[in-house]
Amino acid sequence: MSARSIAAMCMLASAILLMAASSDGSWLMRVPEKERLRPNPMTADVEAPLAGAKLFQQHCAACHGANGEGKGKHPDLHSDVVRDARPGELEWLLENGSIRRGMPSWSRLPEEQRWQLVTYLKTLK
Amino acid sequence: MRVPTLVFSLLALLVPALHAQENYFVTYSHQMEEPGNLELGLKSISARPKGGNTFVGSALEVEYGVKAWWTAELYLDGQHTANESTVFTGYRLESRFRPLQREHWINPVLYVEFENINGADKSLLEIMGHDGNGDLTRRNDRGEKKREVELKLITSSNFKGWNLSENLIAEKNLKNEPWEFGYAVGFGRPLSLKASAKPCTFCRENFSLGAEMYGGLGDRYSFGLHDTSHYFAPVIGLRAPSGMNFKLSPGFGLNGNSNGFSLRAGVTYEFEQIASKLRRH
Repeated sequence: MSARSIAAMCMLASAILLMAASSDGSWLMRVPEKERLRPNPMTADVEAPLAGAKLFQQHCAACHGANGEGKGKHPDLHSDVVRDARPGELEWLLENGSIRRGMPSWSRLPEEQRWQLVTYLKTLK
Repeated sequence: MRVPTLVFSLLALLVPALHAQENYFVTYSHQMEEPGNLELGLKSISARPKGGNTFVGSALEVEYGVKAWWTAELYLDGQHTANESTVFTGYRLESRFRPLQREHWINPVLYVEFENINGADKSLLEIMGHDGNGDLTRRNDRGEKKREVELKLITSSNFKGWNLSENLIAEKNLKNEPWEFGYAVGFGRPLSLKASAKPCTFCRENFSLGAEMYGGLGDRYSFGLHDTSHYFAPVIGLRAPSGMNFKLSPGFGLNGNSNGFSLRAGVTYEFEQIASKLRRH
């Protein structure tokens, strides 16, 4: 096998690993510590999960499924990654997206609405 | 008024400007179309220029999110001028690229457009160079071809629910004419930053208020404000839960070279994940 073939195979393997890593929550590595530790200001708001569910249907369900079960290449949100992620990490992902991986930025939603979405995401089992 | 003309005018006024993500008519923010989504829209402007006939200029817009960092768009332009004619005036192909992967204080987007329109075009999607009231009072002239390249540097920020966007525009008619320049700035925010728990159409979170200002900056040989026109336009928007978006914007000319008053209206509808849906069928 030539050196060129080996290099090509290594690049292919790296790409596959990167794709696997991204669906596995590699975005978590990019969250700044300050953002990671931010508490969810909507935790005590009893209406926040309902408002978040409504926002989810409006903005997220087309890709992630009506109940967040995932659709095609769009990940299932009933996953350990989402369950274990801190609220600040999820809010950071919503604000910044994962542009190169196809997750758009939702910075156009006010921060309050992003926290409402996070509150809803945390209710998914 | 003939029936096709009437239908065109009604469509133009009732179904005017479509851009699910955009808060403005002229100014672009850094918001991109979600990948896989297709948006259909119509942006219209109606005005009665001093010394000219009332017109309705419209742009039918088809926007597709190719990637989260790349949005492509096609515009089909047309217009109706009272006592003159109703004409198709050309098309525009556009792409917007978002070079940075994360949100920053200022988020740049690069915009490239090719226009193949004629001298009768009155969609007024931007004001360039020395554009002024005189351009709106000329009789429809489809003989004048305009093949132009347009570049925009879009910068935009979101802060505490507000969006502030600035566009610098450069345009070149490929027929050996000088570069022309223009600008647009806009700001706006939703009426409520929190979403309500109950489904609703006319609740505050679905309304947005803002304003934009735009105008020409001369050309390569006479850059500046001399002999240019400028406009200020409040914008109100409604995002219906059904996926329809409506926008309305009265525009006011700010100097003697500007048209005094115009009214823009727009409607958009977003087809979500259209590529996946088509694949399934």
